Amino acid sequence: MKRFAPPALASCLALALGACAATGEGDVASARGAASGETPYASTYRAYPGVPTALVGATIFDGAGGRIENGTVLFENGAVRAVGGADLAVPAGFTRIDGAGKFVTPGIIDIHSHLGDYPTPSVQAHEDGNEATDPATPEAWAEHSVWPQDPGFTRALANGGVTTLQILPGSANLFGGRSVTLKNVPARTVQAMKFPGAPYSLKMACGENPKRVYGGRGRMPSTRMGNFAVWRETWLDAREYADGKREKRDLANETLAGVLDGEILIQHHCYRADEMAMVLDMAREMDYKVTAFHHAVESYKIADLLREAGVCSAVWADWYGFKMEAYDGIPENAALIHNAGACVVIHSDDANGIQRLNQEAAKAQADGLRMGIDIPDEDVIGWFTLNAARAMGIGERTGSLQAGKMADVVLWNGDPLSVYSRPEKVWIDGALMYDALDRSRRPVSDFELGQPGEGDVK
Amino acid sequence: MRFAATFSLPLVLGAAALAAPAAAQDFAITNATVALGDGSEPIPNATVVVRGGRVAAAGAGVAVPAGVSAIDGQGRWVTPGLFSAVTDLGLWDVQAVGESNDTDADDSPFGAALDVAPAINPASQHIKISRAGGVTRASVTGYPGGSIFAGQGALIDLGADNSAVLRPRAFQLVTLGEQGGRIAGGSRVAAHALFRNALREALNLGEQEPLAVDTPEGDVDLGDDIPIDARLFGGEATRGADVLLTRFDAAALVPVVNGRQPLYVGVDRAADILSVLALREEFPNLRLVLVGAAEGWLVAEEIAASGVPVITEPLVDLPDSFEQLGATQSNMGRMVDAGVKVAIGGFMGDNQPRYAPQQAGNLVALNRIPGAAGLSWGEALAAITSVPAEISGMGGRAGVLAPGAVGDVVLWDGDPLELGSAPVRVFIDGVEQPLENHQTQLRDRYRTPQEDELPKAYEW
Repeated sequence: MKRFAPPALASCLALALGACAATGEGDVASARGAASGETPYASTYRAYPGVPTALVGATIFDGAGGRIENGTVLFENGAVRAVGGADLAVPAGFTRIDGAGKFVTPGIIDIHSHLGDYPTPSVQAHEDGNEATDPATPEAWAEHSVWPQDPGFTRALANGGVTTLQILPGSANLFGGRSVTLKNVPARTVQAMKFPGAPYSLKMACGENPKRVYGGRGRMPSTRMGNFAVWRETWLDAREYADGKREKRDLANETLAGVLDGEILIQHHCYRADEMAMVLDMAREMDYKVTAFHHAVESYKIADLLREAGVCSAVWADWYGFKMEAYDGIPENAALIHNAGACVVIHSDDANGIQRLNQEAAKAQADGLRMGIDIPDEDVIGWFTLNAARAMGIGERTGSLQAGKMADVVLWNGDPLSVYSRPEKVWIDGALMYDALDRSRRPVSDFELGQPGEGDVK
Repeated sequence: MRFAATFSLPLVLGAAALAAPAAAQDFAITNATVALGDGSEPIPNATVVVRGGRVAAAGAGVAVPAGVSAIDGQGRWVTPGLFSAVTDLGLWDVQAVGESNDTDADDSPFGAALDVAPAINPASQHIKISRAGGVTRASVTGYPGGSIFAGQGALIDLGADNSAVLRPRAFQLVTLGEQGGRIAGGSRVAAHALFRNALREALNLGEQEPLAVDTPEGDVDLGDDIPIDARLFGGEATRGADVLLTRFDAAALVPVVNGRQPLYVGVDRAADILSVLALREEFPNLRLVLVGAAEGWLVAEEIAASGVPVITEPLVDLPDSFEQLGATQSNMGRMVDAGVKVAIGGFMGDNQPRYAPQQAGNLVALNRIPGAAGLSWGEALAAITSVPAEISGMGGRAGVLAPGAVGDVVLWDGDPLELGSAPVRVFIDGVEQPLENHQTQLRDRYRTPQEDELPKAYEW
């Protein structure tokens, strides 16, 4: 039992410095402003070998709102070849896997993780998620903190079916830094996990965390109005930089200019409705776009505004009460956002929660149904697949089962919206990276070698 | 809440509401899938009868006595109220708002003497929300702060009334392992020395003549076999020369060391568990309960042989610390297979008590993973009902639908362990409970986000 302290208090995520945002890598985005014109710290990820595979007879949720009973999914060479019904022929040379009674979804995607930058064991030496020395650190990049040996990656894969995840800086800072989007493959280097071509995001944070961290040191911001003042001043400076010649390397302004150019996405940690509405106006004032609000426990109060602004809400199912700005969290949040026509993403912000994004979505769906909002299973699956991918700027590459997209696929041993189901097999770019039925397809991080329970089911 | 008491309850809302008086009422739920909570599998088409605030009968072929109003279960599920072991229910409004949070007392000179009972707020949203999740009884503890001893925990019910505490000072909690080591001065060695010193002082104190203070009989009704230690009502509570333990703290440990009050011990590492079990060689009367035990499966045989029960967080599967390297979701199943009595618990902080069914359901899911150890459905439900009740000292009286047990009954809209299910009606001591809270009111207000003719503030 963890030290008899609330998890959020014990860790430094949601409550303390926590939570939120930022994203991946952009060949395009990062190049601009870089003197060399080349993407630094480029992805070296290559898909692992796979065999042409046919999943036959399963219920397929394609992630894009489609559902096929007794369906067939074909993938080869790392990509989905075709998705169809029982009449879809299985070409010669494909390994056939019987999916009768089972379910197939796209690989699960977590838009909000701190795996690797707050890895387990959660010792102080591992706290690499918040550069809490200045409220504006857009020059920091989460990928420079990620420890690829974090055992949490393997749990997310095996128990959660997670194939792609966005690692964000924490929320101590108003501008926390760039995120990195990873393929959930074990690797020796972070570069070998980086999702090729994923755009970067910039993590920003509203509210209590920045003002507490810096106000506590007698410096700005110590209030919410101080938060906005620092944001606006910083954006004005960034605009001046962006409108200039950009000849001198300036890591902070390269990130901010990337946002103003529309090439770096904004993942904004923000709980309260009124604050989100203010941030939307700031984005109008400074001429940039907010892609997603993270945590967003009060999105249900302004779901109409969020729909009009085209901003996603990345939310938990039912967290509440751990801090003042989370006091009005309700379990119907996701359903109410969805019902208003706005975009819902289920996120974890948690090394345990990432193992159960499907379950969190199912709870949120049921809470909606009890108030009369009936959201079909096939739409709910999208909350932690395609919607997440789109809000990370990789929706054309993964997040749904569609011909030509990455073969990131989970075969579940039952309905993924049931508590009784688990991933049975997980493919990343067509390579079988986890198999519950084959011990040799169970990754063990360096850290866990020689430890009690090495190679155990976890 | 005692079943015979009469309370003025808020009106139960909703179409499904009984035309119910506020007090305990005789009722039956028929035509339901009834899970007794004792580890057995659910019984289809069964009936539960509650009379005088207690379960009168439950099972198939049970007749509804004349004069008892019957609720048609319509094939839905009925369970005992959930028993939530080791919680911080009623101790905070907002965790990070220190003024509202009574879970720890870092700056207090006291440790073992701390008693959460007077601080528990029955009107807290945390309690209301958990009640709506089907939780009807719980054990409550503070967190260790300035001392390795968290102090004395209480048993509560979650009824909508002003008497939450069923049994104050129901157990003492101490943390050993990493947390205890840090608090005690920097190492496990220091924690064990501090712990032994405290228990020896309590032993000495216990051997002295009881203080000439009358137990204020009638003021506090424990409702069980654990008397109040008279010493707690008199004497000086100020710190003596020995800064390691106040006299008040030592007195509070007398019932621990003489075995009248259970000692909950927080440890995770296999070696730490064995060290705790070995304490009984030195202090033979200790009634131990292990809390945490993330590596319990590594020493499951030893735990089983000791007869010491365990309260664990079953889904912990990461090496969050160096004392949890062996953590696995199969921990609980393996301990149960070895014969250990294990409850799901540790619902503190963000681990909300209403998550208990989801956690139990996940253990059922493990049965289909080769190499993993799960629980049967009946065992999983028992792990959040009868087993935690037994470990808390309410065996046979709570967490089970058996004749004579408290009338804590939950009617669910589906399989209670499934993600999509929720309580429809909740009874505590036979009294139907309101399920409304801050969250349900917000939900109703923002069903549509737009204002109507007046601002949202006028919709309530």
